[in-house]
Amino acid sequence: MSGNVFDHLKSTYFQECSELLDQVYTHLTALDDGDSDPDTVHGIFRGIHSIKGGGGAFGFDRMVAFAHVFETLLDLLRDGKVVLNKDLLGLLLRATDALSDLIAAERTGVPAAAGFETAVRAELDEAASLPSAPTPSAPVRSVAAQPASGQPGLYRIQLQPHETLFKNASEPLLLMRELRRLGPITVVADLARLPGLDALDPESAYIGWTIELTTDASAARIEEIFEFVNDQCDLTITPAGVSAVPELEPEPEEAAPTPVASAVAVATTKPDSPDARRAEQPAAAQTVRVDVEKVDRLVNLVGELVINQAMLVQLGATLPSDMCPGLITGLETLSQHLRELQEGVMAIRTQPVKSVFSRMPRLVRELSSQLGKEAKLFISGEGTEIDKTVIEQLADPLTHLLRNAIDHGIEQPSDRVAQGKPAQGRIHLAAEHRSGRIVIEVSDDGRGIDRARVLARARTRGLVEPDAQPSEEEIDNLIFLPGFSTAETVSNISGRGVGMDVVRRNIQALGGRVTVQARQGAGSRFLLSLPLTLAILDGMIVAVGRESYIVPLTNIVESLRPRRQDINAVVGSGDVVAIRGEYVPLLYLAKHFGVPDAVTDASHGIVVVVENEGTGQVGLVVDELLGQQQVVVKSLEANYGEVEGIGGATILGNGRVALILDIAGLRSASAPGRASRGETRRNSNGHAVAALQ
Amino acid sequence: MHDSHPSPGGARPASHVSAVTPPTVQFITFMLGEGQYGVDIMAVREIKGWSETTAIPNAPRFINGVINLRGIIVPIMDLRARFGMESTAPTRMSVVIIINTGARTTGLLVDAVSDIISIAPDAIRPIPDMGAGARENLLGGLVALNERMVSLVSLEFLMSAEMAGTA
Repeated sequence: MSGNVFDHLKSTYFQECSELLDQVYTHLTALDDGDSDPDTVHGIFRGIHSIKGGGGAFGFDRMVAFAHVFETLLDLLRDGKVVLNKDLLGLLLRATDALSDLIAAERTGVPAAAGFETAVRAELDEAASLPSAPTPSAPVRSVAAQPASGQPGLYRIQLQPHETLFKNASEPLLLMRELRRLGPITVVADLARLPGLDALDPESAYIGWTIELTTDASAARIEEIFEFVNDQCDLTITPAGVSAVPELEPEPEEAAPTPVASAVAVATTKPDSPDARRAEQPAAAQTVRVDVEKVDRLVNLVGELVINQAMLVQLGATLPSDMCPGLITGLETLSQHLRELQEGVMAIRTQPVKSVFSRMPRLVRELSSQLGKEAKLFISGEGTEIDKTVIEQLADPLTHLLRNAIDHGIEQPSDRVAQGKPAQGRIHLAAEHRSGRIVIEVSDDGRGIDRARVLARARTRGLVEPDAQPSEEEIDNLIFLPGFSTAETVSNISGRGVGMDVVRRNIQALGGRVTVQARQGAGSRFLLSLPLTLAILDGMIVAVGRESYIVPLTNIVESLRPRRQDINAVVGSGDVVAIRGEYVPLLYLAKHFGVPDAVTDASHGIVVVVENEGTGQVGLVVDELLGQQQVVVKSLEANYGEVEGIGGATILGNGRVALILDIAGLRSASAPGRASRGETRRNSNGHAVAALQ
Repeated sequence: MHDSHPSPGGARPASHVSAVTPPTVQFITFMLGEGQYGVDIMAVREIKGWSETTAIPNAPRFINGVINLRGIIVPIMDLRARFGMESTAPTRMSVVIIINTGARTTGLLVDAVSDIISIAPDAIRPIPDMGAGARENLLGGLVALNERMVSLVSLEFLMSAEMAGTA
């Protein structure tokens, strides 16, 4: 086997591990919420078992040894020999954490510290009341199970194919795979009828199989599998009574879990569960693992098609309509299909936010114990789907927000009790779709934001003018300014003043916005609003001289043609335009970007009022509006570099490149406008101001 | 132009005769005004005609702007301006050489593409020390071709300097 193939298998295995761990965590959370369904414990067992099996195939001995001890305890738990209580649950969580670290160590090739897992392992051993850790290779026999309700039944299936079975292109292996979908199977081949090599007819059938299947499916369901081969084999199906899974040692077939096998494992986690959370999982879904690059290539191609189609439509519009009537309708159908194709392709890239949410409970657990606080994380809406690239960028901001909630929000248990709150703090992490965007909420029932302290701190840091009187909302938003932190002590968790402004920057980089609502003493609520995808953007095309620019629609507040008398110069700051009594600073795009032959008098052009989180409004002066369009976002950085005020590029219907404005970047390079509503002012843009004037 | 396409190693008499053809490197030569220049053919992705560019705000003088090359955004560098000559006024006759360096794709705007030349690596002469003159770094070497000098452009330096120019 070439190293390449092996590496590929390995990376598939690690991918599966992370999925399996996610499932285990989900099940553990369910247990914590009082789920007493035996299938939940089964699910955990299966997950750990699969991880162990695969790990053995790759020789990850240390991890396998640990998983084995873990599995032993789970097995006892599954059989009811060990009673689940809060302590045990905590142990299971810690063991899963440790296992996940051990897997990470194998993946990165950086071995975990020696003895890192010893303590947890000893606890596991103790809980399983074993004198010492058994060697990993020692087979673990399951103890005969009590016939509890919902316990799977054992069936013995004897299959002796006739010659005709093969002649009809049936395949016993497929039947066995089908059986395995119902539950774990043990297959023993019966070679008694196999003749010597000289007498062997390669096209005949000699081998029979005895299959032991543990399943809660009915005998009828098993018979169904053999429906088409019934008359081509000798088949007996005998219920062999109730039993636990007969054999726990990984069988060769199970030892190297294939993608199909793991998909099946998902499907078998009780599809008929009434639990809504699990119902959101793609029950029994057929899945294919696809390289992200392949999907990206598809997305790019579809983007090209959209541009092509826009070109064709533009050309078609120049033709006299009676010249080729079929062409116009053809183009219309094309654009409809294209839109569907585009949506379909974009949907491939979406993933449930679960993949990032599932990492958070561990974070909360570890942080709160580190800080001596009690906090429980409640998660909802983790099935909400969003573009994969967005998900990847979500982990950091969410981690920051949760850290912030535990460090600054949730009080010490004694303080909480004194205030009449339950000792255990509650943190909610929720996701939902709201009008074409995804909204993620992080809320806690902690102390909220102490506005007096925030304002005092902002004043001492020079973030707020000494005499300014910001509104409550404005005070709350001060925490997003760079260099702001109110933590009394600088801990290694948060409090270095790099938290919230990073959150805001990350979210803005994703085209999203973050807001906070807080009630003093009753907790705070952070709302992240994100676009569903980064690859496509709704934009307004504006003309400046001979150039076209795209203004993201989410930034646009309004557009207007100002009257001459509405435009006023503010000495030292540039022009402002009066809109309903408010003065909005003007930014002449032509001047800013050095575009020749453009409108220089705002009253002859159009003012597009744009707004970005935390930077206030600004009026962009452009020549005219050319129309609204969905554009495919292309990277300018890949071949050129970052440009201040430009977020990317796109290709218009005429095949030309148009640059997409980055309002936040434009705004930070044009600070003078803050005068009108400048309660909050950053210190860092002095040089940008100078450059502009 | 094609009258004396040199056989490998033919640019100068081979000092030793061997059974195997000595390795040669190929360059695409092009014109900038009166001067003849060459770029390593392995870096050249394609050669295309001039198409209208989109200006990039606050770009250096030698960046004409960006074009759409089948869906990717490619900056066009006016090589004449890059070499300190006056900017090229692009016409329909102008040619853009699309080159790949590392992960980057860039277009070089030149007056005309002339030929493909094969030369032995040891035929490449170093740039003589010209005293004060930082621009010599833009070139990777000189080669004589039919009594005419061809300046070989150092793409590595060109691209790193381009990045510095845009920062």
